[in-house]
Amino acid sequence: MGITFRKETFRDDFSFRNSPEHIRRFPFPFNEDAYMYAVNIEPHVVGPKGSVLENLIDVDEHYVAEMQDRALVLAEDPLRCQSLPHMTLAGWDLLELLMEQQALGYPEHFTLSRDGDRWRWINRPLGIDDTFTFGDTSTLPYGPMEYITRQSQGDFCILDQRDGNLWMDAGMVTTQADWSLDFDIGMNFFEWHAPVPLAHEKGIFTRALKFLTNIQQGKPARRLNWTMTINPRLDTSPENYHKWGPDRATVTPENVGDKVHLRVELQSFWRLPRSNGIVFPIRCYLIKMDELVTQPKWARRLHRVIRDLPEELATYKGLTRYRPALVEWLSKLDDGSPTSPGFGPD
Amino acid sequence: MSTGTTKLDVVVSDVVPVNDLVTRFHFRRRDGELLPTFSGGAHVVVEMRDGDRTRLNPYSLMGSPLDTREYTISIRRDDVGRGGSLFMHRQVKPGLEMVISYPVNLFSLDLRARKHLMLAGGIGITPFMAQTAQLAGAGGNFELHYTCRTASLGTYADVLQQRHGNRVRLYHDDREERIDLDRLLSTQPLGTHLYVCGPAGMINWVRDRAAALGWPPETVHFEHFAAPQPGAPFDVTLAVSGRTIHVGGQQSLLEAIEAAGVDPPYLCRGGVCGQCETNVISYDGKFIHNDHWLSEEDHRSGCKIMPCVSRFEGKSLVLER
Repeated sequence: MGITFRKETFRDDFSFRNSPEHIRRFPFPFNEDAYMYAVNIEPHVVGPKGSVLENLIDVDEHYVAEMQDRALVLAEDPLRCQSLPHMTLAGWDLLELLMEQQALGYPEHFTLSRDGDRWRWINRPLGIDDTFTFGDTSTLPYGPMEYITRQSQGDFCILDQRDGNLWMDAGMVTTQADWSLDFDIGMNFFEWHAPVPLAHEKGIFTRALKFLTNIQQGKPARRLNWTMTINPRLDTSPENYHKWGPDRATVTPENVGDKVHLRVELQSFWRLPRSNGIVFPIRCYLIKMDELVTQPKWARRLHRVIRDLPEELATYKGLTRYRPALVEWLSKLDDGSPTSPGFGPD
Repeated sequence: MSTGTTKLDVVVSDVVPVNDLVTRFHFRRRDGELLPTFSGGAHVVVEMRDGDRTRLNPYSLMGSPLDTREYTISIRRDDVGRGGSLFMHRQVKPGLEMVISYPVNLFSLDLRARKHLMLAGGIGITPFMAQTAQLAGAGGNFELHYTCRTASLGTYADVLQQRHGNRVRLYHDDREERIDLDRLLSTQPLGTHLYVCGPAGMINWVRDRAAALGWPPETVHFEHFAAPQPGAPFDVTLAVSGRTIHVGGQQSLLEAIEAAGVDPPYLCRGGVCGQCETNVISYDGKFIHNDHWLSEEDHRSGCKIMPCVSRFEGKSLVLER
């Protein structure tokens, strides 16, 4: 039984919705009633059936719509996809990884067959059937990274590893939480994290870099990150701030449930075998408050987290303007009873 | 979480003597599947079960990264070492089942380089076998300068010249051929990266000359392939696990810690990657630091040791393990 792909939009009429099954599999990021930074990295291994971790590269009911939205973003702004010249080999590494993982997890939708360096890739949801020579860019309609990331949910940053640091030297970034690949391209790990508050003082980035540069082949790792977005907009980029920034002033007590979305990023880290680079997929999951509060535990917990969030973090995540309305709305769903341990719904 | 690598169950598919000192070993997966792809410069750690002793030594993969049906390593026999190379030369035969680590690359090509200038000494040629194969397959620009003692000990010199023609230059010690290093380093095009693998003296010489001639440090890459050295036996107290262990003369401190059932993280087992860095709680004696990870200041402080390659002589040593 395959996935039923939804017809929906992430702009204009915002028809994006989660089905009831997808609400329950949402990667809720809080395992307790408060939030603070931590180096919350764990091995990226397969998780329970029916969760977003059932496969290491997750494909869900939003796949086709997300790929259509990505194509629209790229048509307006080709610089969302960039690869410095030395990163082509890493692009082939990523193409192999994503084709293998998608074919492994979803054989009814994707098929990869290989005869030496002659590869055939069938992507049924997008109606693609291409035969190409692995390693020969002239046999694909785009460079290898762009080709496969036009067919894979989530943003992808490919990091070159050299001089004991990681360098943002390639990426496909169209579903980002207010950062720009075009701005960050070529920066190292400390440079592109410079705007994050509080974490530097805690030494988090030094430890995280040490961990990431030691990620080994066959042993990917992951972490969750989160923010909030008004309307189910995937492309909340600095380039398009004029389109989504003003949305934050449109939240009223009446429309919180429909407009305010929790935005969770499942970030994973993989060593790439040929280039010795690291790929960093950032997979964005959206859920509107009306959908999230169908799980009473999540409603109670989110209320407490947002209410008690340190001011710097609320500012960094862009919540300041609508936080009072959101907390007021969520408070009505929090009877003060305890929440069970763990991330999942009751 | 552990920073170690995943293990691979392999079988020795061939053992090929290359010359008087060097033997090549071929590994395939026991389940018949392909081995993981790797990048030129990567090594694997080979587990050698020798009776009740286990040695773990790193060796560079020397095959083409484009061929993952088998991995090949070449091992130079070291008659005065700790016995790992002798075990491989004498006891490892085709058909033997062994365990190796996933590939790890601590000597990666910088793919931004306009040209890759490689300097190899002796058995230090092995990572360049894979790197030149990788670059040649992708049309990369490289030049390899290879110093060996004699033509008959010039491991793979013939293969390399056959594959890459005049991109490979040979220097034979017995014919008193020497690299004109200063001239070589002063006449490279902009954007050249330098790679050196060989004996410690050669690495230091090349790094020193490159620095003196103004090469930016980030363009100079090197790999020490020194295995742990044998030495006098000593005793160590592991404070965290509450054990006292004996380190044999042919055993590394890390191996002795592992034999006691304590598993510090490791990657290179050659004093380079920093994973097994261990805090010293107290000591009365003298450290024999053989690593390339800790700073000179760390070495002088007596507060840290790299148990994969370094040793101790004296009355007592207490480690935070």
